[in-house]
Amino acid sequence: MKLVKKQQGSSQRDSGTPLVAGTMDRRTFLKRSGITAGGVAAAGSLSLSMMKRAAATEAPATDVQSKAAKMRTVCTHCSVGCGIYAEVENGVWTGQEPAFDHPFNRGAHCAKGAAVREHGHGERRLKYPTKLVDGKWTRVSWQQAIDEIGDQMLQIREQSGPDSVYWLGSAKHNNEQAYLFRKFAALWGTNNVDHQARICHSTTVAGVANTWGYGAMTNSYNDIHNSQAILIIGGNPAEAHPVSMQHVFRATERNRAPLIVIDPRFTRTAAHADLYMRIRPGTDVPVVWGMLWHIFENGWEDKEFIRQRVYGMDEIRTEVAKWTPDEVEHVAGVPEETVKRAAKIMAEHRPGTFIWCMGGTQHTIGNNNTRAYCVFQLALGNLGVTGGGTNIFRGHDNVQGATDLGVLSHTLPGYYGLAEGAWQHWSKVWDIDYDWLSGRFDREERAGEFFGEEGSDETDKINAMNSKGIPVSRWIDGVLEEKTNIAQRDNLRAMVFWGHAPNSQTRGPEMKKAMEKLDLLVVIDPYPTVSAVMHDRSDGVYLLPASTQFETYGSVTASNRSIQWRDKVIEPLFESLPDHTIMYKLAQKLGFADQLCKHIAVNGEEPLIEDITREFNKGMWTIGYTGQSPERLKQHQQNWHTFDYTSLEAKGGPANGDYYGMPWPCWGTAEIGHPGTPNLYDTSKPVSRGGLNFRARFGVERDGVNLLAEGSYPEGNEIKDGHPEFTADMLEKLGWWGDLTDEEKQAAAGKNWKTDLSGGIQRVAIKHGCAPFGNAKARAIVWTFPDPVPVHREPLYTSRRDLVEKYPSYEDRRSFYRLPTRYGSIQAKDYTADYPLIMTSGRLVEYEGGGDETRSNPWLAELQQDMFAEINIVDANNNGISDGQQIWVESPEGARIKVMAKVTQDGVAAGVVWLPFHFGGHFQGRDLRDKYPTGSDPYVLGEACNTAFTYGYDSVTAMQETKCSLCRISRA
Amino acid sequence: MARMKFLCDVERCIECNACVTACKNENEVPWGVNRRRVVTINDGSPGERSMSVACMHCSDAPCAAVCPVDCFYTTDDGVVLHDKDICIGCGYCFYACPFGAPQFPSESAFGSRGKMDKCTFCAGGPEADNSPEEHRKYGSNRLAEGKLPACAEMCATRSLLAGDGDTVSDIFRERVTWRGSSGLAWGWGVAYSKPGLRRGRGVEGKAVGED
Repeated sequence: MKLVKKQQGSSQRDSGTPLVAGTMDRRTFLKRSGITAGGVAAAGSLSLSMMKRAAATEAPATDVQSKAAKMRTVCTHCSVGCGIYAEVENGVWTGQEPAFDHPFNRGAHCAKGAAVREHGHGERRLKYPTKLVDGKWTRVSWQQAIDEIGDQMLQIREQSGPDSVYWLGSAKHNNEQAYLFRKFAALWGTNNVDHQARICHSTTVAGVANTWGYGAMTNSYNDIHNSQAILIIGGNPAEAHPVSMQHVFRATERNRAPLIVIDPRFTRTAAHADLYMRIRPGTDVPVVWGMLWHIFENGWEDKEFIRQRVYGMDEIRTEVAKWTPDEVEHVAGVPEETVKRAAKIMAEHRPGTFIWCMGGTQHTIGNNNTRAYCVFQLALGNLGVTGGGTNIFRGHDNVQGATDLGVLSHTLPGYYGLAEGAWQHWSKVWDIDYDWLSGRFDREERAGEFFGEEGSDETDKINAMNSKGIPVSRWIDGVLEEKTNIAQRDNLRAMVFWGHAPNSQTRGPEMKKAMEKLDLLVVIDPYPTVSAVMHDRSDGVYLLPASTQFETYGSVTASNRSIQWRDKVIEPLFESLPDHTIMYKLAQKLGFADQLCKHIAVNGEEPLIEDITREFNKGMWTIGYTGQSPERLKQHQQNWHTFDYTSLEAKGGPANGDYYGMPWPCWGTAEIGHPGTPNLYDTSKPVSRGGLNFRARFGVERDGVNLLAEGSYPEGNEIKDGHPEFTADMLEKLGWWGDLTDEEKQAAAGKNWKTDLSGGIQRVAIKHGCAPFGNAKARAIVWTFPDPVPVHREPLYTSRRDLVEKYPSYEDRRSFYRLPTRYGSIQAKDYTADYPLIMTSGRLVEYEGGGDETRSNPWLAELQQDMFAEINIVDANNNGISDGQQIWVESPEGARIKVMAKVTQDGVAAGVVWLPFHFGGHFQGRDLRDKYPTGSDPYVLGEACNTAFTYGYDSVTAMQETKCSLCRISRA
Repeated sequence: MARMKFLCDVERCIECNACVTACKNENEVPWGVNRRRVVTINDGSPGERSMSVACMHCSDAPCAAVCPVDCFYTTDDGVVLHDKDICIGCGYCFYACPFGAPQFPSESAFGSRGKMDKCTFCAGGPEADNSPEEHRKYGSNRLAEGKLPACAEMCATRSLLAGDGDTVSDIFRERVTWRGSSGLAWGWGVAYSKPGLRRGRGVEGKAVGED
């Protein structure tokens, strides 16, 4: 049902007229459809007292679904991927029932999941295209908005090149939209495209993939049932992934698995731990090496596993030897007894799983942290076994999928990278002329015209097609940095926030400046977001209403790599459109819609979702997104009940033997029926049944040492030892070429397992029990990274000046992801006299990400109405602050935020201030509520903690530092 | 005859508030009225525990005992309900209830508040089951549809259990058996050949047992 009240005039920010939205909830629906009698509203029913009631105009019933229907969908909040039954009557979402038969959540939800039906109300949504004219929000038509935006973009392209438009995508897109978005950016001709993964788990993906092949959760939430011990570091799943805790409790209760929580803050997860270890923020490497010190000291490591499957552990030993119990206590603040106890627990309870989140990743040395975690598990032999693994809990519902589909400035879909071969591969999949595509990109006319990338040969001309784009964490520098210091033609001049909350990024005052300097700011989102209000622009801002994932359909990848299919629950509300429709509209205006949808059917202006799935199935060979055809995905969706709660394997039913959602890699084409890979690198199963080994990604030999696995291989492997990745050549040498069909031979000639579009090479490798990507050792040292052995480095804004000399940060870099990047020059200055407290951040269960969506949901917003800072009672008393007072939190770069004090005895240690990051809509003490388009301001506003967070970027991925900075507090 | 009961397993409650929003969603309870909420003790300190609380549907309900207009009644399932047509909104039940379950609309000043609202165990009110009138005044009647309260059905960790008291206690008993007895029981490590750390989960939130 199109719930659009079309006669509504333009809404202006100061007009003060209540927005009459034709939104409809269940009660309104019941009333209108004559099911309820009229009468006086009794307490406990009808409208929310604080909300302006939608006027009971009779919306014309168009596109009505004729009878009650039960749709199967998936929660759009976190990456657990909880199933939901949505009851829909006459196009209205009237009920939400628990999906007891869903293998991930068994009907369970957290506060957010239990409140998703509010998406069917959408009272605070952005309702129609709106633009800012002389400081007033003015309603415009879709066509006018697209035309004006398109014209400006084409003009910017003409003047400054395609790299001056930034395409900021989203982990909220489904897989099809994410893929189409990346393709869209490619056809526009830029790598300035990115999404939230950059600022959540980019250091995980880089660290983990460079250790053993794939940068994803190795096992699954359900597989935690098999764990004998659980270690969580820098993560608070009780708030961030609450449903995962049902799996954790299964292990703690049934296996008596000890739960270890390592965190600077005593979290709700820590409240359930057997061992809680408080560390100083940013000391993950010292603590992990400290535990490993005891493991090596006592000979608890798995020597046979290391011999067969790990390269470089000796160099780790040398580094670990430096982290004596005294040094660990000196740096991290944890006594020997606690560290040893944690190490002993993990050594004695195998297999144990190792879980981490943002507390580990969001650091200037995030990639060192994630690799240290991996090495810890390798040392104990906890990889490739059920119950073990590195169970990395991703954030948004589809951040895994959007990462896999390459909505990133440094790669194409499937982690193919940006080298010419990658572009050739995707050009072939897209059936687009490579030279035409290449011509869409900017390039130097003379060498050195752009500011050269670090390490690039100054005599080579930079081709923007092959150079990493600006990451989302640093778009503000792309706008503000001197043009001559950026490795592209011009500054960023237009930003497109397509499903992104700016308050999830650091350096608020500079971001405001950057927003104001832009020529064009476009927000495409179900909500106006903080991007609509945090600047003081009066023109050049467009807000376009996108639909939520409940108003479209498609696939979504959970953290455990399972791909799930979502039904469309309701038709798009108001004037919103699904993201892929908006992409098509914009591509039409920009002149490449035909290339975008060359082999994708377009229904009106909506590209067909299933065709998009089929297209990425055709090209995603690297990580096995090839076997999950829309037909198989839908079959899994219709048979939730057949999948086992622990193993995820279908026991009988039409998907018999498949693992739920065919966790990637699901090798080969859909026709070969690979079941998916439930646990990565598990040699106890044949590859054809989901077994695997570490990937041969880093060569076969280094300094004369064999990098291939020795005597370890998956069940049924005919080579019975390590081997390199498969190529056509290798098939010939092994005498397996003849196993290919004639058709496959034609496609496979001269290709490898990643580029053979027939899938024949993969099929034959698997037929002989081999992993297509080879069989190698994991590498404990990553020789291509700034720190091959993960080492500790103090944060840029450290509270421990005494440690800077011994554990300094990096030297400043001339050009990194196209931008100069500072490390040492910031660390050189001592701020601790004025800013004596450590500032760190985290999550609340009620909200998600920047919170624009969840703070607009009254059922959630009521539960957390104030932005706060958690401070220790000692710091509170020292600064004359009492619980509930308003305080200023000020940081060294000059930003300040006004928040409520939450005084705690033990929640954080003295000297540490903890801030939740979901708030927005206040800026340095100023309430911006009147700047939202009327009727679309979230119920709850507050200061964004990231306004106060400071400079600092990971040395490999440019992840922002949000877990260690400095601050001072005072009464407001 | 079944007697419906709630049980909140504090060893599993993580204060995620799913029960709270599930209730809001199912019954469309207005802002300011909380039929269910999560109470946390020792927040942020070792020993922190949370518990989801609503009307406990007492066998001998104090609210009913003190109600001056006698608007309470107990269903055959043992669910304590009230009749909003009779309720005068005096708030006396609020004094009597040990759990703070009765709620009053917050928009009015004290003394002129609306009729009391509380958890119905998703069992509606005195009107005909699932009639529009019942739905308007009390929200859902899931029991009449053969379903249990939404809060417990959606609990993230299955901490909150609801249903026939016998069934609930069976589930909880099985869980307690898995967890084992108090870690302080003599000989535990020997009998179960799992020496060391997990001998049972103490309520202090600390590991029980020695290194």
